[in-house]
Amino acid sequence: MILAKTGNEAMAYAMRQINPDVVAAYPITPSTEIVQIFSNYVHDGLVDTEFVAVESEHSAMAACIGSAASGCRTMTATASQGLALMHEMLFIAGGLRLPIVVAIASRSLSSPLNIHADHSDSLASRDSGWMQFFCETVEEGYDTLIQAVKMAERTSLPAIVAIDGFILSHCMERLEVFDDRKVRDWLGPYKPNWNLLDLDRPILVGPATLQDYYFEFKRSQIEGMNRALPVIQEVMKDFREAFGRSYDVIEEYRCEDAKAVVLLMGSACGDVRAAVDALRKQGKKVGMVKLRVFRPLPHGLLRAALGRFECVGVMDRADSVNSFVGPLYNEVAASLYDAPRKPTLLSYVFGLGGKEFTPDDAAGILEQVLAGKKDEQVTYVGVR
Amino acid sequence: MEAKRSWKDLPCGAIIEDLKAVLDNKTGAWRAMRPIWHADKCISCLTCWIYCPEGAIIVKDGKNQGIDYDYCKGCGICAEVCPKKVHAIDMVKEEK
Repeated sequence: MILAKTGNEAMAYAMRQINPDVVAAYPITPSTEIVQIFSNYVHDGLVDTEFVAVESEHSAMAACIGSAASGCRTMTATASQGLALMHEMLFIAGGLRLPIVVAIASRSLSSPLNIHADHSDSLASRDSGWMQFFCETVEEGYDTLIQAVKMAERTSLPAIVAIDGFILSHCMERLEVFDDRKVRDWLGPYKPNWNLLDLDRPILVGPATLQDYYFEFKRSQIEGMNRALPVIQEVMKDFREAFGRSYDVIEEYRCEDAKAVVLLMGSACGDVRAAVDALRKQGKKVGMVKLRVFRPLPHGLLRAALGRFECVGVMDRADSVNSFVGPLYNEVAASLYDAPRKPTLLSYVFGLGGKEFTPDDAAGILEQVLAGKKDEQVTYVGVR
Repeated sequence: MEAKRSWKDLPCGAIIEDLKAVLDNKTGAWRAMRPIWHADKCISCLTCWIYCPEGAIIVKDGKNQGIDYDYCKGCGICAEVCPKKVHAIDMVKEEK
C-alpha cells in the first residue's frame, strides 16, 4: 500500500505494526507526534501496548529500562533536550544490554534555543552503548525502525533510529508500507534472555562492580558492540528477502569511477545526490558515500569504501566545539589512519540548527573536494 | 581464594544468577538509623513488606516477624508506610 506520510506519522505507523509491549514517553518537538499518534492507536485498541505517560524523559527511559528488564519489547521516541535528559539512563540501558528502541527526530541542543535539525543530540550520546542509525528518507526511517527491533533483540543492544527533525519528521513523502501481519510475523515474538519478574529464576539486575569487575563488564559490553555489525547486515539481508527493500551499512552513489566523494549521514544525502547528478552532467567525477550506521562504527567497511578515492569530504551535521574537526570526521580519520591507501580528508560542518542546506551548497563542497584543497581546518558551510 | 573471572566469562548485561554474593554482602552495616518493630502494635498488614526495597521484613505464615538487621539499611520507608493509627515501627539512631 502506498501512502503519503510525514516522518513522524511513518515512525508511529511502524510502531503500531511492531506492537511493542510497552511504550513510555514524554513529548518533545519535533518528535511529539510519534508518541501522540501512537497513543491514539493505544486508545483505539489497535495495539496491545501498555502506554506509560511519564513526567520527564529521564523517567521515560527509566520506565523503559524497567519494562525491558521485565522481558517486554519496549520503545519510545524523543529528541534533543529529551535525549539529553535521558543521558544518564541511556548508559544504564546500554550496560544492562536491554534492546530498547528509540525513534528520534534529530534536533539541535539549546542554548540558544532551536527546534530544528542537526545531529548533536544523538552524537552527544555516542558513548552510551547504543546502536545508532541515521536515515535519509521517511521510508528509510520506517524500514529502519522495524529492522532496529530485530537488530536490538539479536545483539542485546539498545538502538536509536534518527530521522532529521522537521526535514523528515514533518515533511510528507511517499511511503510504501507493508502488511501489518507480515511485519509482525517477520519480527516474531520477543524472547528475552532474562526477566526480572521470573520468580522461578531469581536474578540480580544492576549490581555494584567496583575496581575488580567494572572494567571487565565494560570490556564485555564493548565486545557486544564489536560483534553487532554482522548481525545488522544479516537482518538487512533478511529484511530485503522478506520485503524487497535493500539497505546497507554504507551505501555508495555514483562512486564507481569517482575521484572525489563526500561522506555524510541523514536527510542531506538527498541534496548531495542532486548535486552529484548535476556535476556528473558536466563530466565531473564525483560521488557520495552515505553512512547509515554510526554505532557500531563500521571501521573496516569505511576503510574499504574510502581508501580508493583521492579526496573525501566528511560532512558533519554536528560540531564537537574545538575538537580537531567534526565528530564524524574524527571517527572516519581514525578508521583510515592505518589504511595502506588513504584519501585526503576535508572537514565540513553544515546545517546546524536546521540551517538551510541546498543542492547548490552540496555542489560547492563537491567542487572543493574535487580540487582537493581546503582553505581552513574546518569549513562551516553557509555561516555568515 | 576463588580466581577472578575474565571478561569473556561474565554474563551479558551483568545479570547475576548466583545470589550468594548478594547474601554475603551484609548491607545492614551501612545503617545510620535503626527501625524498632513493636510486635504488640503490629497488625501484619504487610505494607512494610511490600515497600521494603531490601526484602528485610521477615514474614512467616502471613505474619510479620520483625526486621532482618543483616540487610536492613535503615532507610525508614517501613516506618513511613506503617499506618499512622498502628505506628508499629519507630526509627532510632543506630548506636555502635
